[in-house]
Amino acid sequence: MSKSYETVIGLEVHVELATKTKIFCACSTAFGGAPNTHTCPVCTGMPGSLPVLNRQVVEYALAVGLATNCGINQTCKFDRKNYFYPDNPQNYQISQLYLPICHDGFVEIETAQGGTKKVGIHEIHMEEDAGKLIHDEWEDCSLVDFNRSGVPLIEIVSEPDMRSADEVMAYLDKLRLIIQYLGASDCKLQEGSMRADVNLSVREVGAAKLGTRTEMKNLNSFKAIARAIEGERRRQIELLEEGKPVIQETRRWDDNKESSYAMRSKEDAQDYRYFPDPDLTPVVISDEWLEAVRSRQPELRTEKLERYKTQYAIPEYDALILTGSKALSDLFEETVALCQKPKEVSNWLMVEAMRLLKEAGKEADDLVVSGAAGGSSTAPAASAGEAGAGDGGGAAGGAGGGTGAAKAAPQTTNKDADKGDGSGMASGSGGGAAGGSGGGEMTGGAKRFKFSPAHLAKLIELVDRGAINRTVAKTVFEEVFASDVDPEAYVEAHGLGMVTDTGALLKTVDEVIAQNPQSVADYKGGKEKAFGFLVGQTMRAMKGKADPAAVNAMIKEALGKM
Amino acid sequence: MANIISDETIEYVGILAKLELSDEEKEAAKQDMGKMLDYFDQLNRLDTTGVEPMSHVFPVHNVFREDIVQNGDDRDEILANAPKKKNGAFMVPKTVE
Amino acid sequence: MGEKGNESILHLTALELGKRIKAREIGVAEATRACLERIRSADGELRSFITVDEAGALAAADAVQGRIDAGELTHPLAGVPVAIKDNICVKGLPATCASKILWNFKPTYQAQAAQNLLDIGAVVLGKTNMDEFAMGSTTETSAFGITRNPWNPDRVPGGSSGGSCAAVSSGEAFYALGSDTGGSIRQPSSFCGVTGIKPTYGTVSRYGLIAYGSSLDQIGPIARNVSDCVAALEAISSHDKKDSTSVDREDLDFSSALVDDVGGLRIGIPEDYLGEGLDPEVKKAVLAAADTLEKKGAKVERFSLSLVEYAIPCYYTIAMAEASSNLSRFDGVKYGYRAADYDGLHQMYKKSRSEGFGPEVKRRIMLGSFVLSSGYYDAYYLKALRTKSLVKQAFDRAFAKYDVILGPVAPTTAPEVGKSLSDPLQMYLGDIYTIAVNLAGLPAMSVPCGKDPAGMPIGLHLIGDCYKERNIIRAAYAYERTRAAELPPGFAA
Repeated sequence: MSKSYETVIGLEVHVELATKTKIFCACSTAFGGAPNTHTCPVCTGMPGSLPVLNRQVVEYALAVGLATNCGINQTCKFDRKNYFYPDNPQNYQISQLYLPICHDGFVEIETAQGGTKKVGIHEIHMEEDAGKLIHDEWEDCSLVDFNRSGVPLIEIVSEPDMRSADEVMAYLDKLRLIIQYLGASDCKLQEGSMRADVNLSVREVGAAKLGTRTEMKNLNSFKAIARAIEGERRRQIELLEEGKPVIQETRRWDDNKESSYAMRSKEDAQDYRYFPDPDLTPVVISDEWLEAVRSRQPELRTEKLERYKTQYAIPEYDALILTGSKALSDLFEETVALCQKPKEVSNWLMVEAMRLLKEAGKEADDLVVSGAAGGSSTAPAASAGEAGAGDGGGAAGGAGGGTGAAKAAPQTTNKDADKGDGSGMASGSGGGAAGGSGGGEMTGGAKRFKFSPAHLAKLIELVDRGAINRTVAKTVFEEVFASDVDPEAYVEAHGLGMVTDTGALLKTVDEVIAQNPQSVADYKGGKEKAFGFLVGQTMRAMKGKADPAAVNAMIKEALGKM
Repeated sequence: MANIISDETIEYVGILAKLELSDEEKEAAKQDMGKMLDYFDQLNRLDTTGVEPMSHVFPVHNVFREDIVQNGDDRDEILANAPKKKNGAFMVPKTVE
Repeated sequence: MGEKGNESILHLTALELGKRIKAREIGVAEATRACLERIRSADGELRSFITVDEAGALAAADAVQGRIDAGELTHPLAGVPVAIKDNICVKGLPATCASKILWNFKPTYQAQAAQNLLDIGAVVLGKTNMDEFAMGSTTETSAFGITRNPWNPDRVPGGSSGGSCAAVSSGEAFYALGSDTGGSIRQPSSFCGVTGIKPTYGTVSRYGLIAYGSSLDQIGPIARNVSDCVAALEAISSHDKKDSTSVDREDLDFSSALVDDVGGLRIGIPEDYLGEGLDPEVKKAVLAAADTLEKKGAKVERFSLSLVEYAIPCYYTIAMAEASSNLSRFDGVKYGYRAADYDGLHQMYKKSRSEGFGPEVKRRIMLGSFVLSSGYYDAYYLKALRTKSLVKQAFDRAFAKYDVILGPVAPTTAPEVGKSLSDPLQMYLGDIYTIAVNLAGLPAMSVPCGKDPAGMPIGLHLIGDCYKERNIIRAAYAYERTRAAELPPGFAA
C-alpha cells in the first residue's frame, strides 16, 4: 500500500426500549413467548387496525436525547417507511424521517491516546421493530413470528466522526452505559436489544472530501463490529488501490466467513416513499414535559464514578468496574444503603461476584437486581422521579431505592431468570427443524444471576457480628449468587453458624492438645509453626465454625498453662 | 401529453408497488399515468409559496396509550386467516438465499 | 303482534320500526325475516349484498328480542335490522372490500362502529357491495358483481357505498353503514334517493374500517330519512382510544337539531358549484330546494368558494398516495389471496397482488407509489398537502359567513351501467362537489330533492363547518318536511 488512508465511520445504533408494551399496541414486549403469542391485529398489520402511541416510548427517547446533549424537536411526527418484507406486517414501518424527536447531540469518548473526543449525534428517532424470520430447512421456506413486531426502538444516528474500531467500541460503550443508567434499555448486543449498522468510507489522509460509504448490517457482537470494520476498510482500500470505485450500497457481514456481500436485488429499489403517517397525530412536547423529564434524569456514569470515589472512598479502578455496569452499580448502591458498609460491599462484588461471573462465562450486565425491577433501578421517566431526582443527594436517592427493593421481599429465584431467557430459542425453533439457522439475536440459555441486595447486606452483617467467619461466608455468598438464598436461613439450615459455646470450644482445644503431644512439644521447643497446626486442627474439629481469634487465644492460654 | 412515462418508470413503480403488469397493461398504464399526472400538474398553476403542507386537518396531538399490557395470547385468531402456516407462524417463501 | 305483512313492515322507517318493536307490535325476528325475504327476492338483480348472514341475523334477532324484553336495550333503533358496508369489520363475517385479494378474509375483531351498533341491539343482516376498496363512484369495480340502482336497474347506484344505498333504498335494510373518502356515502345516497351523512372527521372511529385514504375516510349512516340517519349517527359516534384520530366530542346529541325551523340560518351557495358540467335538471332541483329553505326563513345567498377545480387533483394525489401505502399490507402472507404458483418471495408478492387487485385499484396504487417516490414527493405529494391547506382556508372563510353550504352532490343523476369506467379521469371529475369536504374534514349530507325526467333521484348537498352537524341536520330536516318521501318503483307501496 503506497498511500495512507483514513477510515471514516458513522453508526446507526438501534436500541430496544425497556417498555412493557409495544410502541403502538398493548401487546407485551417480553422475550421468549412461542411464535405469535404476543401479537394482536395492530402488530400483525390486520386490515382496519390502527396504531396508538405508547407514551413511555416518548419519555425514554427524550431521556436518551437529553443525556446525549441533543436538541429536541418539540413537535415531532411519525412517517411511514414503505418497503415489502415478510417481517414487516404492514409492509411499511412506522418511523420518523422529517421531524425526528432528537437532533444534533454528542457524546464524549475517551481515545486510546488518553484524551477525549466528541462524537456527534445527527438525530435520534423512534420507530417500531420488525418481526422475526425463522428459516425452516425441511420445507425450504421461512416462518414469520410477529412477537418482536412493534417493539419500540430508538435509532441513534451518529455523525461520521469515528476513525477506528476502538473509537467505535468506546462510542458504543458510552451509549450503552448512558442508556442503561437511564433504564431505557438493557442494551445487550448479543440479545439484539442493541444493534449497530456501520457506515464506513475511506479517504486518503488529508483529503477534504469524504469517500463513498457503504452500510454494513448484521453485526451481532462487539467482536463482529471490530472485524467488520477492519474487513470493510481493507476491501475499500483494495478497490481504491486497483483504481475501482466503491459503490454506495448496503452489505451484509458474515462473521463466520469474515467477509461481507452486497445485499443488492432488482427487487429492492431502496426508495422508501416516506410520508407522514395519517393514522398518528403529532407529538407536541411542552416545555413543562421536557423539564419534567430533565428533572427526573438519574445520575449518569460520569457523576456516579466521581461520587463513588468521594462519598464512599472507593479506589478509581474499583469504581470504574462498579459503575461500568448498571446492574452492578445498582446492586452496590442498594446493598450499601442497607448495610452502610461500602468497602465491604465493594469487596464482595469486586472479588467474589466477579470471580463467579467469570467462572460462569458471564458479564456484570448479566446480574439482575432481584426485587428491584419496578423500583429505583429502572424506568427513570416512569417512577424514578422521587427516588432518583435528589440532585446532589445521590446517596439519598440510592437509599430510597434500596429500601424499596428490600421491602419488595425478593422471593424470586433464578428459576425465573432461566425461564425468561432460555425458552425463547426453544420455542422459536419450532420443533427443532428450524432452530439451526435462526439464532442470530439471542444467545441460547443466557442465564442471568439474580440476587437481592438485602441478602448480600445480611451476609455482610452476619460476618460483621461474628455469626459466621469469612470462609463460611464465601460459601454462603456462592449460594446467594446462584439461588438468592436468605443467608441467615441458609446458615441456620446447614448449621454453619459459629460455635459461640465457650465450653464446647474449650473441650475441643483440650482434646486437640491431648491428641498432639509432639506438636505441643515442638511449640514449646520454639517451633511457631506447630501453633498454627494446632489452631488448624481445632478449626477442622469445629468444622470451621469457630471464631479463629477465639481459638487462637484459647490455645495460647492452654499452652501457657502447660 | 406533457408527462411521458417510460417503460423504465412503469417497471420501477411496479417494483415499488409489487405489481406485475402484462405488456398490454403496461402500455395502458403508461398512457393512463401520463394523463393523470398532466391533470395533477394543474396544481402548479396555484401559488402555494409559504403555505405549510397540511397532513392533519385538525390540531389534535399527543394521543397516547399508557404502557400497560392488555393483550393476551390470541395466536389462533391472528393465524386464522393465514394462507399458509406452520408451527404457529406464517409461512412464506424462503427469504434468504 | 300486529297483523303486519312484510311489505308494510318494510315500509316503516327505522325509528317507526324501533317504536313498534318496543310496543311489542312487531317482533325483531319478524322484522329480520321481512328483510331477509326482501333480500332473497330483490338481491338477485340488485346485488346490494356480498354476504347475507341469514342464520346469524335470525339468531341475533332472538337474542336482541330477549334483551329488549328484559329492558336492557332501550335505544330507539334496538332490534332494527342494518346492513354494513363490506370494508367495515364485523367479527366472524367476511370483510372482502369487494376485492378478490380479501375474498376469504374473516376478521376476528370488531370495527368500533359495528360494535357500537351491536351494543344498541342492531341486527346485522350482512355486508354490502361496494367499489373495490372504496375506489370508484359506481359500484362497478366490485369483484363480486355490479350493484344495480333500485330506481332503474340499468343505472348504477353510485359508489363506493352503492350496496348500502341500494339496500336501504330497496327495503332490504332499514338503514346501513357506509364510508366516505371523497363522497362515497353522499353520491350513492343522491343516486339512490336516500339520506346519507358523512360526519366530521374523527366523529366515528375508523378502527376496523379497512383504510383507503386514512386522512379522508369516515364512516357514516345511510337511511330513508333524516331522522333515521341522525339516530344511526348518534349510535355509531364515539370517542375511541383505539383510533388516534378519533375526536373526544361532547356534542354528540344530534337529534335535538331535528327541528322544523331554519329561521336565520345562513346558507351559502357556491357559484363554483353551479357552473359548467352541472346537469340543468340537477341544478333546477337544487336551486328549488334552496328557494324552499329561503321561504322557510333561511338567509340564502350565492358566493364564490374558489379553488374548486384544484380540489380534485389535490384529493386524488393524497388519496392515491395514502392508498398505495395502506394497501401494501395485502401481500398474501397474513390473510387473503395468495397466488397459486410463484417462484420465490417477490414473485409471490407480485402475482398475489396483481391477480388479487382489480384494474382501478392497481391504477391508484401505481400512481400513489409514483407521487411518493424519490424525486416526485415534493412536486406532487407536498404540493397537494399545501393545496389542501388552501382548500381548508377557503372553507374557513365561507363558514365565517354561512352556517351551511348548499349545492348539488353530483353533476348528474346516476349514469347507465357500463358507461363510466372507460375514462377514469372523467369519472374522477364527477366527484367535484364532494371531495373538498373530505380534504377539509367537514360534515356533509345528501338529502333527496327531486328526480330528473328519467325518474332518477337527485340529491341536495348540505355542508357544515367542523363539528357543526347540527346546522346541516336542521336544514335537511326542515327541507324534508316540505316533501313526501319517495320509494323506487319496485318497492313503492
